[in-house]
Amino acid sequence: MSTTSLPSQSPAAVAAVGADMFAASVEAQAVPVERVDWKPPMDGTVDDLATVAADPLRRDANALAVSRMLDVQALVVGVAPASELLGLEQGQFLHAGPPIEWSRASGPLRGALMGAAAFEDLVENPEDAEALFASGANVSLEPCHHRSAVGPMAGVVSPSMWMFVLEDPATGRRTYCSLNEGLGKVLRYGAYSPEVLERLRWMRDVLGPLLAEGVAAAEPMDATAILGQMLQMGDEAHNRNRAGTLMMLRDLAPALVRSSRSSDEIAEAFAFMGGNDHFFLNIAMPACKLALDAARDVPGSTMVVAMARNGTDFGIQVSGTGDQWFTGPAQLADGLFLGDYGPDDANPDIGDSAITETAGIGGFAMAAAPAIVRFVGGTVPDALATSRRMREITITENNRWPIPVLDFAGAATGIDVTSVCRTGILPQINTGMAGKVAGVGQVGAGLVTPPASIFPAALAELARRTRERARA
Amino acid sequence: MTVEHVEIRPGAYADSVALLQVSRDVAATPGVAAAQVAMATELNVEVLQGMGFTLPTASPNDMVVALRLDDEDALTAALAAVDAALAAARKGSSGGEVVAPPRTTASALRRAGGGLALVSVPGASALVEAMDALDAGSDVMIFSDNVPVEQELAMKRIARDRGLLVMGPDCGTAVVGGVGLGFANTVTPGRVGIVAASGTGCQQILALLDAAGVGVAAALGVGGRDLSAAIGGISTATALERLDADPSVEHIVVVSKPPAPEVAAAVEKFAADLSTPVRFALLGSGQPDLTTQVEALLGDLGVAVPEWPTWGTPAVGVDGSALRGLFVGGTLCDEAMLLAAAELGDIRSNIPLSPELELDSSLLSPGHLMIDFGDDGLTRGRAHPMIDPTLRLEHLTKVAADPETAVILMDVVLGHGAQDDPAADLAPAIAAARAGRAVPVVVACVGTTSDQQGLARQAETLAAAGAEVHLSNAAATRRAVALATGGAR
Repeated sequence: MSTTSLPSQSPAAVAAVGADMFAASVEAQAVPVERVDWKPPMDGTVDDLATVAADPLRRDANALAVSRMLDVQALVVGVAPASELLGLEQGQFLHAGPPIEWSRASGPLRGALMGAAAFEDLVENPEDAEALFASGANVSLEPCHHRSAVGPMAGVVSPSMWMFVLEDPATGRRTYCSLNEGLGKVLRYGAYSPEVLERLRWMRDVLGPLLAEGVAAAEPMDATAILGQMLQMGDEAHNRNRAGTLMMLRDLAPALVRSSRSSDEIAEAFAFMGGNDHFFLNIAMPACKLALDAARDVPGSTMVVAMARNGTDFGIQVSGTGDQWFTGPAQLADGLFLGDYGPDDANPDIGDSAITETAGIGGFAMAAAPAIVRFVGGTVPDALATSRRMREITITENNRWPIPVLDFAGAATGIDVTSVCRTGILPQINTGMAGKVAGVGQVGAGLVTPPASIFPAALAELARRTRERARA
Repeated sequence: MTVEHVEIRPGAYADSVALLQVSRDVAATPGVAAAQVAMATELNVEVLQGMGFTLPTASPNDMVVALRLDDEDALTAALAAVDAALAAARKGSSGGEVVAPPRTTASALRRAGGGLALVSVPGASALVEAMDALDAGSDVMIFSDNVPVEQELAMKRIARDRGLLVMGPDCGTAVVGGVGLGFANTVTPGRVGIVAASGTGCQQILALLDAAGVGVAAALGVGGRDLSAAIGGISTATALERLDADPSVEHIVVVSKPPAPEVAAAVEKFAADLSTPVRFALLGSGQPDLTTQVEALLGDLGVAVPEWPTWGTPAVGVDGSALRGLFVGGTLCDEAMLLAAAELGDIRSNIPLSPELELDSSLLSPGHLMIDFGDDGLTRGRAHPMIDPTLRLEHLTKVAADPETAVILMDVVLGHGAQDDPAADLAPAIAAARAGRAVPVVVACVGTTSDQQGLARQAETLAAAGAEVHLSNAAATRRAVALATGGAR
């Protein structure tokens, strides 16, 4: 009864939705009125929205889901090969997004898988891997998300790749992510040229073991806290990770310098990490996943716990609907292109990195990163408007991740399927663009949204489960 | 033959995203086949080489401008475009920032820091918005009609569990702390609390109490179905509790159309346990009318019953036998039918007392008839007759011309939400209707002395047009019945 008062006392304020004459009449009586800019919900969702809104579980389920999420502290506790961490065996490959088979895989995902197969010495030349994957013999594909992992862009992980391990100390739960390769011609954008494979081998032989030593020797790095700092320093932790990368280096430098590796190798690693503004992305992503995984499987919760793309399909998972994916066609990003590349060269949206937006940063925290607002074609007011607009579709704000320019309002957190269906506002994602032809690499960066249809689909399943519970 | 132009600008800097935009703008310049303006980082050098440009040695802190032109003549324009685009990139945006309005009731309540929610969206979406209020710990008033009864029950159950009040759905009238919500009258603060399952019934009580000099602490609407068997009076019970807990409320009156008997019994039992006395003004066949109930309440309060105001000269009967009632208030129409039927027998209506008396869509029939122009069936696709009188005025002309009409009974409801000056339209229509047969017109003008339309001014304007005007709907109805039966015969 927080906002109710005695009936003989005037309401402090009125929120009015619908016909304006009622709002105007109250306003004329000197009561402040906040008017809702109401529009009909997405097609075909009216009945499901009412069913889910009236679900007696919903409010508390959402409160529980977000509080579990916000309670998570993501510590970087280790670096080790995927074979060791995930039990990944030769021939097993993880990829970004919802499940997909080779025949439907996009160019960049194919390119990354081919490169990874060569990197694992399953084939001599990446080109030879096409037949291998087409045959399906002795190889298997599985989403990163199904193994508590996330991968940027193609997100391909093979057994010999080293991964960060993030852990929530309160529960011991863990998530994983590969090491970031840098920009340009890199495996995650579907490139598999010799220099790409050479870099992967160096990461396997030098960078991974060095980081493992450093992380083991240093105090556990608090990625959740660093993410909060980053938002104060102009990063939104998806397309800008510059401050985060520098903070990571600051935290790890003493331990790295004292490691058993040669000073040449250490210097090489520093140059590599310091020269790659996105290095921290591969810590930000599993930190977001660790938090969001805590919100999974709360019956009645309408909160989105994962958004991920495999270059063909865009999928979401929702707390109240278990591991079910709701998928639709991945969209083309609207943005800026490198060099001669243009929209015709770009592959549809790809990568698990939308886990950052799912957690309230990335495109949701665009206001924190004015340096990159031109991705929106854009202006600073656009960025502020975007971050405010995202608050219209989230359950709460994350006070550990305040955005200075929004008067330290917390990042909009906990995308609510019902709010998306009611408002038609789609989550805003900042993304890199991969070339659609296997082997090309990055062609640009820009903004993208999920296909609208997946939210009504998720809502329909939430409504089905609500009705089922009501009958039981 | 294309021409290549590559220049290094040492020390010039812009961020990579800005430069992508610059490159795109320059590439769109006529005569430019390809353009790349970039910092000479390793990656960008590679990209430029990939585009076929030959580069001099440059450091990552140098800016490279690389252009491929259709011919040499295009160079000046292209370089101007580079400079313009770089300048534009540095200048950034202009203009102030406008914060977009909230898109949901949840967002609006968050921004307002709490408060009461008023929902008037289409009925199918009303629950969703109302649940935002209940989730935020706010009471909600729902004007929307066509809300499925099971949805009403679902939200009222949730509200009850959380100690919150759902006023509605289909709730047109409330007064909270002197603030009129929806169709409500301006009242002076006082000691009476009202729980209303009926909007215009509530307004009649507000008007009569005002005339008796009695103030009102609050009038809480609960929606017309609240006392039905399906809903079981959930909001009525909450509203009674709220008023009981308010120290300024000394007497409570509950006004409703006929409730389900078992619900009425349960609510009366509930009310008996409250510390504040509760009077039930439940309309129904053989039940006292609202004016009689207010008179009894005044007795409870120890206030003398005044002579209820009237305006104009008493109407004079004409030939004809039928009473024709044209109402904007559903409860006022109901009350009039209940009173008149006892004297006149069958009254046809679009909201008939029994189903066989249902009017067809012409709204015309021989014999007595009373029409509620505010009924859902007549407000689809048009505004409520308290806002748009067109339909009722058309019908006034028709029934006045009908020689069978002995008397016309009408209501005028004042207050928030109603027309600014209803008499301005109605008075000339009444005068015109009486121009031929001088058919008597009796009007119940329901309002308080503080209503913005001016009760006296409205009533006097109608009286000047030839109407006999009463504050009490029951009194007006009795006069109309007398004119229909006594007439000029």
